[in-house]
This record gives sequence, structure tokens and C-alpha cells, in this order.
Amino acid sequence: MSATTAAPVWTKMRPKQGALTRLFDWKPFLAFICLLPAIGLLMTFLTYPLGLGIYLAFTDTTIGRSGIWVGLENFIWLADDPIFWNAVFYSVFYTAVATVGKFALGLWLALLLNQHLPMKSLLRAIILLPWIVPTVLSAIAFWWIYDPQFSIISYLFVDVLGVRDTNIDFINTAWPARWSLIAANIWRGIPFVAISLLAGLQTISPSLYEAALLDGASGWQRFRHITFPMLLPILAIVMTFSIIFTFTDFQLVYAITRGGPVNSTHLLATLAFQRGIPGGQLGEGAAIAVSMIPFLVFATLFSYFGLARRKWQQGEGND
Amino acid sequence: MATVSVRQALKSFGTTRILHGVDVEIADGEFVVLVGPSGCGKSTLLRMIAGLENITGGEIAIGGRVVNNVPPKDRDIAMVFQNYALYPHMTVRQNMAFSMKLAKAPANIMEEEVQRAAKILGLDALLDRYPRQLSGGQRQRVAMGRAIVRHPQVFLFDEPLSNLDAKLRVQMRSEIKELQQRLATTTIYVTHDQIEAMTMADQIVVMNGGRIEQAGAPLALYDRPANLFVAGFIGSPAMNLLPGRVADGGFRTDGGALLPMPPGGPAQAATYGIRPEHLSLAEDGVEGTIVLVEPTGSETQVTLRIGETLLTGAFRERVKGRPGDSLRVMPDLSVVHLFGPDGARLSG
Repeated sequence: MSATTAAPVWTKMRPKQGALTRLFDWKPFLAFICLLPAIGLLMTFLTYPLGLGIYLAFTDTTIGRSGIWVGLENFIWLADDPIFWNAVFYSVFYTAVATVGKFALGLWLALLLNQHLPMKSLLRAIILLPWIVPTVLSAIAFWWIYDPQFSIISYLFVDVLGVRDTNIDFINTAWPARWSLIAANIWRGIPFVAISLLAGLQTISPSLYEAALLDGASGWQRFRHITFPMLLPILAIVMTFSIIFTFTDFQLVYAITRGGPVNSTHLLATLAFQRGIPGGQLGEGAAIAVSMIPFLVFATLFSYFGLARRKWQQGEGND
Repeated sequence: MATVSVRQALKSFGTTRILHGVDVEIADGEFVVLVGPSGCGKSTLLRMIAGLENITGGEIAIGGRVVNNVPPKDRDIAMVFQNYALYPHMTVRQNMAFSMKLAKAPANIMEEEVQRAAKILGLDALLDRYPRQLSGGQRQRVAMGRAIVRHPQVFLFDEPLSNLDAKLRVQMRSEIKELQQRLATTTIYVTHDQIEAMTMADQIVVMNGGRIEQAGAPLALYDRPANLFVAGFIGSPAMNLLPGRVADGGFRTDGGALLPMPPGGPAQAATYGIRPEHLSLAEDGVEGTIVLVEPTGSETQVTLRIGETLLTGAFRERVKGRPGDSLRVMPDLSVVHLFGPDGARLSG
């Protein structure tokens, strides 16, 4: 083709925009439209149930009868209820002991998995198993493990090793039941902690350890001065989540002991359910559930301050 | 301060052999640069001296003491890492004092040492900052400060300048060399940059494929490269290495160019080497066609085509020619390098 048959002159015409196009180009409207699905979901499944729960806590609603506003009566009544206070105690105790256990073992496991081990990825997958299994399933497994008659642990100690004459009492008196549930919760919670902390460990540059090695740091000193401070931010996040999950735990306890024996292992969540649904006292159950809020707010504040970026993580700004 | 001897050092990762028996002798207070292309084993050798990699075979001695089984912290060495490896959660002061803190040094001694190192490196004003708040060059200095406070017998540098921009690299290069001269501490420095090697070293060790190609003073390597690899690696722009044979009263390259032979040159020469700066413009020279002209200001690099052979020259004169023009150049016959079929140096 010769160059003289010049290409037709083409000018770009700016197409006229319709009203709808202009509306969608308007940023506030667009932002609102894009947020709408999320807002809808959150309102329906978070705000409404939370609001309803808080409202119910101030009424004497029972199942089948909408109640009337009774103000703080539910809470005043709960304040004199030893079972409620027992549930508060056990919720705090359960959370504290289980969190310490999960983090001690989880961190240890994460440190082990961070070493060069044969079949590392297979091991990591196995570690995750307790977390993958539905809680109710593992709870039922633990129910069997803790069974007064058929417990495998009792079998081991009595029939195989012969170190005991009687079966072990796991869940039929108050304190053994409390500890047994904590053990089950720790078992279930370790993978989450271990895998999260492992991810944190892997972000630490190996050359830092080499530098510390040359600086003369022993294994413990490397952990104390390098690993732990560098892991602290992620440790704070994981711990916050873990505390919230543990404090609001329901499934394990409800599936294994249902709060028994004699209400000794009730957590706030199981007690709220017990009173609200089987007991029919929706208002009172809601009040118990609402009384968890201060504890959870505290845990969230812990995360807020724990996660606040430390000075060394901050960017260029100097002082 | 100490000597360092590497004798027949071997290193394998699994079945892969990285170092095939390396020997290096480093005198007390010497600045030695290990240089070579990526994967030549230079960093591995440095890490073996540091104790970060174990030694598969042979032995390494620091100050006459064999350290094969001595843990890194007892080898009395300090290392500067490529990424500096500063502890991000410690201030500059804490970073520098960390080794002393671990050794439970008294606080006043620690502070004294840190201040002394900070003064040497110009870090006085930055002692309370975190590594994040420092520029690349400042981080580099902190990494050196961390090494200085320990008064080691040997400094090890693992490509310390490769994360810096070109200008800063030149500046830090002089600073490191100046510092080494002041402290007179034996230093082993790894780099892939032959300019760094040439400018800083007392002794250069050129490595390739897990072996030492040549070791010696920078200018000795430049003037008398032992083989084709060193000839091509040392010097910038790189030496022209032209395969061919001695014929027709000169050296006939495979590309067809006929270059003059130095008098008495060996007849078995298979590669003709001439550095670009040893070509001069001459009316009676070899004629070629200009392919590329690259003026750098101080000199002009010209790539010529003679037959099928490409030849690069670097001239002090401003070359007026344009691509396609012809140009006559003459090699300085006293500095022609001739290599045999096995790649080893032939001419004297």
C-alpha cells in the first residue's frame, strides 16, 4: 500500500454521557453502591442479632411470650445467682489456662516445625488435623476418651500398665471435669496457634540468626533477643483471637459435659443457652450473653494496644 | 589481627560439590577480595571461614589455629552481611552493643566502645534510631560498627555494597578501604564486581566453578591473567578475546581478521587477547568498520567489525567516526596476551 493513499482523518469523539453513566461516575454514589452488599450482610447477621440480644437482656421474654421491658432486673437477679458467678469464674479460668497452654505448646511446636525436619510439609499437615475436624466430632471423641467406663486412658492405666486399680474419673466431679475440658480445648487450639506463629517465624530473616550466632548468642539468647521480640506483633494478634474464641467457646463444653456435673463446667455461653433455649427464659439467657461483652471488649482493647505498631516497625518518620 | 589459611577446602551440599579443594593464604592485615561470577562458591567459602557452613574437607586456620570445629562465636571474626542483618527491634546503639551485652561487658565499657565506633563511622547522631529510620549507607555503617566494636581478628564482608546505589557504592568502597587501612585488620571481602575487587584489594582471588582461577595483586592479574577466564573477568571494558590461529605472518582470527603478532610469539596460540585501552588509532593499523561509538567523556569506546570479528577499542582521543565509517587501529604488541588451546596463558 502506498503512503499517498493517506489514512482517513480520525478524531476521537467524546461520547455523550447518559444520566445513569454520570450517576455511576459520581464517587459518593459509587462508594455507597459498592458497600451496600457488605452493609446489608453485616446489618442482617451481626447488628440485628446483637441489637436484639441486648434488647432481650432487658426484657422478661420467654419462649412463646414476648416480654416487657424490665430494665436491669435480669442483671440484678444474676448478680445473686451463684451458678452465674460460677460460670464467670470458669469462663475466665478456662480462657486463662487454655490460652497459656495453647501458646506454650503452640509456640514450642512452631519452633520445632521451623527447623529443617524430614517430611516437614507432611508434619505441618498433620498438625493442622485437630483444627480441621469439626469441633463436635472431636468433642464426641473426647467424650469417649473421658468416659467413666470405656475411657482409653483408664484402659491404658488399669489394664495395660496396671498402675491403677480403678478407672479415672474425668468428667463426673467438678475439678477433674474442669481440667479435662481445658485439656480438650488446648488440644483443639494448638494448631491455630502453631501454624500462625510458624508463619510469623518464617518472616524472620535467617541472616539475623547468623548475625546473632557470630555475636555469640546461645540458643536461648537467640530466642530471647531475636525470635521473641520479632514474633511479638503476630503473637498479640493470634492471642487476641485465641482469647475471644476460647472465652466464647460453646461446642466443646456442651458436647462433653453440658455444663455439668452440677453446673460446675458452665461457660457463659453454655449457661446462656441453657437458660435461654432449653430453659425458655430468653431474657435471662440474653442477659448472661450480654455480660460477656465487657470481657470481649477488654480482649479487643488488649489487641488494639498489643498490636499498636511498635516504634521499630514504623517507617521513616524519626522522632 | 591474624593470618587466615584455607587449605584444600572442600564443600558439598548433598551430592553437589560446591568447592573443589581451594587454597588461600592471607597475610596478617591483608585485604583480600574473593571475586567471581554468581555461584562460583565465593560466598560459601566466606561462610565456611565464618563458621556458618561446615567444612566438608580440608582445613581452615585463623591465626594458626585450625577452626574446622570451632563454633562461629569463638572464631574471633566479625561479619557484615549483604542485607546488613541489623536487628530491626534494636536501636543503632543496641545493635552495636549486642555482642558485648551477650558477653556481659560492663555498661561503661559498652558505651565507650559504641561511642568510639560511632565516631569512626560518623554515626554519633543516629545512635537512638532504629534501622528502619536509616538510609542504606547508614545501615551499612551500622553493620560495620557492629563488627568494629568486637575488635575481631578478621573482618568478613559478604557483598556489602550490592544493595546500594551506584554513587553510594563508590563512596562506601573508599570508606571501607580507608577503614581497613586505619584498623589494619585482616579482611576478606566477597564481591562479584571486579571494579570493587581491583580498587580495594591487596590480593584478589578470582574464583570460578568452585575453583581458584588465579590469585594475586590486582595489577598482576590485570597485566598477566593466567587464563582466559581471568583475562575476560578482570578489566572493564572487557579484554577482546579472539579465537583463531597463527597464520599468514600474524594471527588469523576465526572471523577472518589478520592481527599482528608480537615478535617471538608462540606458534600454538589459539586465542589472541588485547585490552580495549591497548588499541590505538594508527594510519598503518588494521582496518575495520565502525559498528558502535560510545563516548563516556574521558574516553570513547568504539566497536569495530573486521571481517566477522568484533573488536572493541577505548581511546583517549575523541573519535569522530560514525557507524559504517572505516577506522584503522593498532594493538600495542607489548601487551598482547596469547592463550593456548587449553585456555592457559602462553606469552611471557
